[in-house]
Amino acid sequence: MLKIDKATMRFGGVVAVNQLNANIKEGETVGLIGPNGAGKTTVFNMVTGVYKPTEGKIIYNPDGKKDIDLTLLRPDQIAKVGICRTFQNIRLFKELSVMDNVFIGNHLRLKSDVFSSALRLPAYIKQEKEFMEKSKYLLEKVGLYEERDEKSFSLPYGKQRRLEIARALATDPKLLLLDEPAAGMNPQETQELMAFIADIKKEFKLTIFLIEHHMEVVMGICEKIYVLDHGVLIAEGNPSEIQNNPKVIEAYLGVE
Amino acid sequence: MSIQEFLQHVANGTSLGSLYALIAIGYTLVYGILRLINFAHGDIFMLGAYITYYGIIYTPIPWWLVFILACVLTGLVGLTLEKLAYKPLRGQPRITILISAIGASFLLQNLGVLLFSGRPKAFPTPAILSRTLIIGGVSVSLISIIIPIVTIIILAILSFIIQKTKTGMAMRALSKDYEAASLMGIDINGVISFTFFIGSFLAAVGGIMWGIKYPQLIPLMGVMPGLKCFIAAVIGGIGNITGAVIGGFILGLGEIMLIAFLPSLTGYRDAFAFILLILILLIKPTGLMGEKIAEKV
Amino acid sequence: MKNNNLLKNIIIIILALALLFILNITLDSYKVRIVNLCSIYIILGLSMNLINGFTGLFSLGHAGFMALGAYTVALLTMSPQAKEVNFYMEPILPFLKDLNMPFVLALIMGGLMAALFGFLIGAPVLKLTDDYLAIATLGFSEIIRIIIINLQPITNGALGLKGIPPKNNAFFAAMLGQTPKINLLWAGVIAIITIVFMNLLMKGSYGKALKAIREDEIAARSMGINLFRHKVMSFTISSFMAGVGGGLLAISLGTIDPTLFKFSLTWNILLIVVIGGMGSIKGTIISAIIVTIGMEALRFLDESINLGFMQTPALPGLRMVVFSIILMMAVIFKKDNIFKSTLKKARGRYAKD
Repeated sequence: MLKIDKATMRFGGVVAVNQLNANIKEGETVGLIGPNGAGKTTVFNMVTGVYKPTEGKIIYNPDGKKDIDLTLLRPDQIAKVGICRTFQNIRLFKELSVMDNVFIGNHLRLKSDVFSSALRLPAYIKQEKEFMEKSKYLLEKVGLYEERDEKSFSLPYGKQRRLEIARALATDPKLLLLDEPAAGMNPQETQELMAFIADIKKEFKLTIFLIEHHMEVVMGICEKIYVLDHGVLIAEGNPSEIQNNPKVIEAYLGVE
Repeated sequence: MSIQEFLQHVANGTSLGSLYALIAIGYTLVYGILRLINFAHGDIFMLGAYITYYGIIYTPIPWWLVFILACVLTGLVGLTLEKLAYKPLRGQPRITILISAIGASFLLQNLGVLLFSGRPKAFPTPAILSRTLIIGGVSVSLISIIIPIVTIIILAILSFIIQKTKTGMAMRALSKDYEAASLMGIDINGVISFTFFIGSFLAAVGGIMWGIKYPQLIPLMGVMPGLKCFIAAVIGGIGNITGAVIGGFILGLGEIMLIAFLPSLTGYRDAFAFILLILILLIKPTGLMGEKIAEKV
Repeated sequence: MKNNNLLKNIIIIILALALLFILNITLDSYKVRIVNLCSIYIILGLSMNLINGFTGLFSLGHAGFMALGAYTVALLTMSPQAKEVNFYMEPILPFLKDLNMPFVLALIMGGLMAALFGFLIGAPVLKLTDDYLAIATLGFSEIIRIIIINLQPITNGALGLKGIPPKNNAFFAAMLGQTPKINLLWAGVIAIITIVFMNLLMKGSYGKALKAIREDEIAARSMGINLFRHKVMSFTISSFMAGVGGGLLAISLGTIDPTLFKFSLTWNILLIVVIGGMGSIKGTIISAIIVTIGMEALRFLDESINLGFMQTPALPGLRMVVFSIILMMAVIFKKDNIFKSTLKKARGRYAKD
């Protein structure tokens, strides 16, 4: 479904990601781990079009028909072909309500132009209703419906993370990128999150690519793991292979 | 166009460019540290000219001393402006501070109208400075020669301050990384006050020389030069002093040459700067000497 | 619930129209002029708030777009004779001389002219952010003004245009035996349409998308919002509204010239938007009314005042000094906005909204 082909990202003289190869199949949950500053978020930024890789290709093929080179698309176009993400440092629309945050996730499917929207023509009304229902459903799903009218910045941290996931789900993604979804969570919340990820994965037929520091999350739900250190891929494999890989232990697990 | 005429235009362009450069430095210094377009800078320039006017006409102080005192006084006005209009807003969105700057600019303009009256005043140029020289068949006013010289001297002093002194080092640190500099125990308020003082001081120097060259003072005299010098700073790469000087010269020479070679476009003189600005923003938004800043996600 | 709201809004609109009608009959022509100006500034304030407050793009080009609207409307409504009188330096271009349209059509053309330029200018400059955008839009506004000064055969240059036909309430005035005054309903109805449009736009999906851009461009982009398209759209609509506002201003003043469209005009609108609150429709409406009336009511500050025992000297400039200070106070002490918070306080005391 997603094939990262020798992707390299340079900032001035610094090589953040070097010749990365990775492959994600439909329906998989794939983890990306590595010490701080290994270039994990840079990989996400390349996949979602925030950065244009200096070299290499990122091929996306959601339905087995046509290959799409993501490096040629803008971030909004990438969202439209079914890739959506959350952010490590949470980027909600702070001043807007919880409901509006999720609603905006639907906007990319809006067919009416701005005038039909302002004149509230039937075609627009119909779609708006559909968006509202979908947003309501997603908010119930993540347990935030009661807080729908609160401003999103007033939510506690854990709820903000869940809201970000709900917002991403509103775009109808096929591939969901989660950047440290369990950051700042206690063990119990982490357990709940794992169950939640498994749940949405099944319900929305998602493929999931996630960055995480909590090893129990990565080892618990990922079928495949990539390990990055200083921008270089040092290992890939299933959880038990990774846990026993001496290079990984040296670069990462040993340190922690 | 004869060679003499051409040289005449070059001399005019150079002195205008030097004036632009002096004022542009003030913009660039402030922007480098606070990332703020000090909209009121052009009006500080106007104040400098008016303070000199009143000093010469109404006090017995010799003109050269008035010049110096006026520059210092204007520097203090700039410093006070920062304390009143910008300091309370530190940490606010940039747009908020920009609005305050626009407000400050209007406040100074209208205070000018209120205090100095809207009627034009003739700048009392000391006789010594209003002479005209004839060099190689080109008649050049003395001030047109003095302006570039003063600019160069000031630039040299400023480079020395910024490169060699402790305050200069703090200024550089602050413009590179505001957060880090404040953590390292740099006296941020002191450095910012100093920056505003220097910027406004230079604006006053520019204002005095402007008054000698174009001896008509009105309270709105700072608006156009202010905007143009900001443009000069952007062209050169805002935050960069050498860039501001280069930008000033490009703008000054460009304007004079445009009128010289295409007199039919004289009416568009003021548009020239804006067109140049938009071109540079679209082609190289960081200006000729500016560095690129990557956005962090 | 929803129908209730609709009903409430319709009643408010009818009341507003009735109020305008009554004011039109009872007020003298000077006061009618000020009320009319309030309507125009509501339109202009909302127009600037759309781009600056809701979309989060700091644009300072309003005076330029207003100038485009004003000149278009003036040239399309003035009679060939009036144009001939105006253009005594150099005749007007022949095809423009006989061009004449009904007022409403001319107003739409004024809006479209501004929107066209908004689109053409927006496409390149909206790639810039923050203060760069501010200075570039300010630059374009100045360029438009300079071009107007120099295009004598079309705009009459620095002399401006005089004798733009007003829209008076001649019919009712004749019935009541009054001298004709400005008909408040024109600008009033257009202001109401603008308010309704803005409310519908901002409540809908596009409005939310614009706010999302204001809140966080990177997140908005990642949610599939085409930043560029939405920004240009917002800028073009805002320009259209500014053009219409400029056209109405031309009609109500009867005379326009390039000095009218200097940066200080943009400044007036900015004052309204800042005091009313960036991103607040209600705030803009209230603030437009207060600022417009305040600007007129405080005119006495510039003039000499007779205190009975002595005559104070005239102090031209004092009025604008006061307004500059108000603007800075609004920014410095509220940091957010004045009306939004006071409204909230007032409302919070009685009911939860």
